[in-house]
Amino acid sequence: MASVRSVVLWGLVALAGAGALGRLALLRGETISAAWLLTAAVATWLVAYRVYARFIAAKVFALDATRATPAVRLADGHDFVPTNKWVVFGHHFAAIAGPGPLVGPTLAAQFGFLPGALWIIVGVVLGGAVQDFVILCASVRRDGRSLGQMARDEIGPVAGVTALVAVLGIMVVLISVLALVVVNALKDSPWGVVTIALTIPIAMFMGLYLRWLRPDRVLEASAIGLVLLAGALWAGQWVSLHPTWAPIFTLSGPVLALAIMAYGFAASVLPVWLLLAPRDYLSAFVKIGVVIALAVGIVAVLPPLAMPSVTRFVDGTGPVFSGKVFPFVFITIACGAISGFHSLIASGTTPKLLASEADAPLVGYGAMLTEALVAIMALVAACVLSPGVYFAINAPVAALGTTAQSAAEAIRGWGFTLAPGEIEALARSVGETSLLSRTGGAPSLAVGMAHLFDRALGGGAMALWYHFAIMFEALFILTTLDAGTRVGRFMLQDLGGQLWPRVRDVTWAPAIWGASALFVAMWGWFLYQGVTDPLGGINSLWPLFGMANQLLAAVALCVGTTVIVRMGRARYAWVTLVPLAWLLVVVFTAGWQKLFSPDPRIGFLAHAARMDELLAAGTLPAGVKTLAALPRMAFNDRLDAAVAAFFLLSVIVIVTDSLRTWWGVVRGGRPLASTEVPAQPVTAYVAGD
Amino acid sequence: MRARLLALARLVRTIIGVPDYERYLRHMRARHPGCRIMTRAEFAAARLEARYSRPGSRCC
Repeated sequence: MASVRSVVLWGLVALAGAGALGRLALLRGETISAAWLLTAAVATWLVAYRVYARFIAAKVFALDATRATPAVRLADGHDFVPTNKWVVFGHHFAAIAGPGPLVGPTLAAQFGFLPGALWIIVGVVLGGAVQDFVILCASVRRDGRSLGQMARDEIGPVAGVTALVAVLGIMVVLISVLALVVVNALKDSPWGVVTIALTIPIAMFMGLYLRWLRPDRVLEASAIGLVLLAGALWAGQWVSLHPTWAPIFTLSGPVLALAIMAYGFAASVLPVWLLLAPRDYLSAFVKIGVVIALAVGIVAVLPPLAMPSVTRFVDGTGPVFSGKVFPFVFITIACGAISGFHSLIASGTTPKLLASEADAPLVGYGAMLTEALVAIMALVAACVLSPGVYFAINAPVAALGTTAQSAAEAIRGWGFTLAPGEIEALARSVGETSLLSRTGGAPSLAVGMAHLFDRALGGGAMALWYHFAIMFEALFILTTLDAGTRVGRFMLQDLGGQLWPRVRDVTWAPAIWGASALFVAMWGWFLYQGVTDPLGGINSLWPLFGMANQLLAAVALCVGTTVIVRMGRARYAWVTLVPLAWLLVVVFTAGWQKLFSPDPRIGFLAHAARMDELLAAGTLPAGVKTLAALPRMAFNDRLDAAVAAFFLLSVIVIVTDSLRTWWGVVRGGRPLASTEVPAQPVTAYVAGD
Repeated sequence: MRARLLALARLVRTIIGVPDYERYLRHMRARHPGCRIMTRAEFAAARLEARYSRPGSRCC
């Protein structure tokens, strides 16, 4: 009886998903409600979780609830702690959720909502969730080993070292592009600057409170912090309306970039309890709160999607970033569909908390589905804006010019309309002086979210909602930036220690300061180049980040495949080989085009050559003010090209090394020697904390 | 009621990643009687150091 009910229920879910997907596919120019998109996504994922996650659990890894996990075997009360599965789910989700799935879909909306939505829906089922789940299972079976260690043990030392260096390079690009998003969101916005700046003393106050006044009262301190955040929002508004203070806090891009570098450096050298930890607690609350609020807002309003399902920019001429829908939609969406960074978390804290192997599908596969839901919601928030407004906010100055009039003309040229006064009125309603060319995705997402919240709750508080959304995004990003800088510093100290062991000493101030300064300089260089780039910077840096992230995913999938093959289950290796093959096709196509496309809008090298030509001829391209900028732009293009080439080469090394291993196993020359820790029954361990 | 609130508070703390000193104490007393136990401050410092020194504590 129960099985009949289950079949009927899952049949209905599958039908709902298929129906909604069909409706989306058959759109012919009419506007559609976001409800269709949400139904298609959620129904597809429920079926995938019920069928595919179970398949991987049962057939590929043969997960076994009676087999003791590292949390049980190695329980030590701090690192290895058997934990309730919903708590691990929440913890894992809070760790993987970042600004990537918010920004990526917003940028990809230039192709229309359908290409991005389809990739998020399908990509997460066959790629992202599989990667997280497989790496989690592999790590759980190996005492919670990290991705780098598994790359070395499973594939070989060459792959291990390459993966380590690639992770460092990827972190540099990741931090610089996220910092650029923040700079673009705060540029010329005294309200935003004051609010975000105040979050730093708020976090430090919480840190001091937790250290000296009321140790360990984290929830109490966080509650105070959240009230103070609301105060910061109000203080920002007050400053933005004040005739003397407003101009003082109206900062330009380069100034903000330097300020963020100083912040990153400070966060890396200051004690963790003072800034990083309290900010993290605060950010976790805001993160989970906003994700829930966004979901409630979208479900309550069920807005129509103003963006067409597919725009003309699939041909590669889009202003937000250049390149055709293939391969660039897959690069741009980044973390919402598959994210290499998650493999670091799935082989970090999470495997040490899992109380039972039976919890792995919920945590590994389920948390990634939730992250994809966040990406779909960000896409919806971007697509509730009319296309004219969307492009006015997201296209760079070089495409729009500097006035509302020139922007309206450019947008009309693309076949969309921007009513006279529309963008100015919108800017006023959210408390900003201008919304033109606020590239990076954060401002347009904030406008979309403010729009949704305002419609759900009424009250005409658009400006407050907008700055709340900006604060949320910036808080999100700065937590990635400061923790990432600190981790980067440790990695540099570790690498430097190979040459001079003393550098590794994490208590030796010159090493700490030196490594921090070096790492900040590395991402700061790319940030500064992006801020001063007349094309907006996002245009060149976001694809670089997207490629880096997908390449890390390719590394993780190589490790996953190797684990599966060496377990003697090569017949199921397609589970990771299919997404791996697809990622390699996408990333190498995109990488090749970014390097060698003759179109200077896409190819880094072609753009550099174009700058050289213009310099020789003495002419200035649109948006560039001095000839002196041209050689700098050409140099940065070549640097970006070198970074892209380095990423591609790293992956070639790792894939080749993996192929060698797989070939050895399949041909029978290499023993099946699994590196799994031998199974031990859970009953062998005393229950308890 | 009070017990439920405390349980909820513990749940929230675990999700946002606050180190749990009481659990550590229980573990040490139950499994390693006689071993030196870190003080609350030492424990907190050690957990934070571990959390912020490895990649994979934070994501994009």
